[in-house]
Amino acid sequence: MTQLALVIDLNVCVGCHACVTNCKQWNTSGAAGALADAEPFGAAPTGTFFNRVQTFEVGEYPNTETVHFPKSCLHCEDPPCVPVCPTGASYKRKSDGIVLVDYDKCIGCKYCSWACPYGVRELDEKRQVMTKCTLCVDRIYDTNLPVDRRKPSCVLACPPGARLFGDVHDPDSEVSIAIRERGGYALMPEAGTKPSNHYLPRQKSTLNLRQDELYRSDNPHRIDGAPFEQNLPPIVEEL
Amino acid sequence: MHPALSVLLLTTLIGAGQGLFITMVVVELLAAGSVRPGFFVGGTAIVLVLCGLGLIASFFHLGHPERAWRTATMWRTSWLSREVIALPAFMGAAFAYGVAHWTGAGATLAIGVLGSLLSLLLFVCTGMIYAAVKVLKEWAHPLTVVNFTTMGLASGACLATAYAGFAAPELVGALAKAAFTLTALAMVTRGAALLRNAQLRPTSTLQSALGIRHPKIVQKTQGSMGGSFNTREFFHGKSAAFVRGILTAALFGAFVLPLVLVITLPILAFVVQYAGLLAERWYFFAEAQHPQNLYYQGVS
Repeated sequence: MTQLALVIDLNVCVGCHACVTNCKQWNTSGAAGALADAEPFGAAPTGTFFNRVQTFEVGEYPNTETVHFPKSCLHCEDPPCVPVCPTGASYKRKSDGIVLVDYDKCIGCKYCSWACPYGVRELDEKRQVMTKCTLCVDRIYDTNLPVDRRKPSCVLACPPGARLFGDVHDPDSEVSIAIRERGGYALMPEAGTKPSNHYLPRQKSTLNLRQDELYRSDNPHRIDGAPFEQNLPPIVEEL
Repeated sequence: MHPALSVLLLTTLIGAGQGLFITMVVVELLAAGSVRPGFFVGGTAIVLVLCGLGLIASFFHLGHPERAWRTATMWRTSWLSREVIALPAFMGAAFAYGVAHWTGAGATLAIGVLGSLLSLLLFVCTGMIYAAVKVLKEWAHPLTVVNFTTMGLASGACLATAYAGFAAPELVGALAKAAFTLTALAMVTRGAALLRNAQLRPTSTLQSALGIRHPKIVQKTQGSMGGSFNTREFFHGKSAAFVRGILTAALFGAFVLPLVLVITLPILAFVVQYAGLLAERWYFFAEAQHPQNLYYQGVS
């Protein structure tokens, strides 16, 4: 069974919103119709987006970290939004696990958005149907595109390459290896939705030196037979 | 959650209609010969008007009402779909009940019992629409179904008392007692849900929502500055004082005042109770804290 998904590396994301704009550009230009944009140049612009980048400050000044957090449909393995739909417009594809909305069947009752704990479904105010990330289902299978372009728009747009795309059920895929080896995690595991999208945690690059490493025989400042304190490397001011 | 007027009207109107129908059938069961058929025909008309108004109100909740027929298709998994089937079925039974009384065709009690079962089924469907949303802890409890039923029965009995004042004055005393008892019962079950919800602790936190283990996390942006569907649908947007005011209005309007009024002034009791139930339904939505709100805590 295939389960396509995104893996988002929070260690790499710089919060540039390129994924947001490319997602909007691709999905507002498709056959499904434009995504609403109310007052785009007004004081309070609002509109439909399948993907949003949020920013959080973690810690207390001056020890803070800024975390940019892209959020889109997680294409859950057990999506709570699907069984509640009264018309069958909301469905999960057996073939690749993508959760989709059939815009021609949706009545805009918003019940699916209540069932989703992540707030990733947005009712399009103009079309009055529920919309959400499709993993760019209209481009990842497009054989007119070169093979390396058959990826979701957000993935192609990301300048630092913080977004990976692939089959999380294939243990040898890039995304599965990233989840396995770099601490990939799911959002709100307590909700029991088993999200397919995963996030890679922030990591700090630190060099951990043990004391014995300073005292080893390969220390060029070592004086044979001298006590430990004399064999420490010189501190910066002494140089 | 944002309380939508269409849903407040739908659930309170059909609740009163369902309760009135069940009250009429109980009246027929206990005092069949002594009540003239006109009482049941008129009562059924009120039931159908209330359910019809509720149905019309519900259409205003939909983005595409012309596709509403599709909602009957997913009854295997969706309680909303089941409600969409149960409501017309109940209205059909109520219509048949009224016609049977009007024409004197007989079998009225059998149709009435069937209609009452459909009415109870509709209460279950309506309640389960909310109780089945697992992420909303305030709703995901059997008490939600119980409360939709008890509050519907109470307002239906109050309405029956008010209506009997015109159509069957000899029933007013007994119906007022029933309305008093059912309103008291509804106050107990709704109170139990309020107490339960006051003890609730959210299972999801900003830490689990982001997967970041740190006690201090502050949102700086939410991906839009002018709001989004997420800030409109899941927040009631009123102050804590306003919400408390609505709760007070709900407790007095839906339960306390009707208990005082129903014996002496049944018409006023029903009007006050209906307004109180609208406030109660508003609070029912406002008290539900959706976990998605964790992602929409601030814009700076």
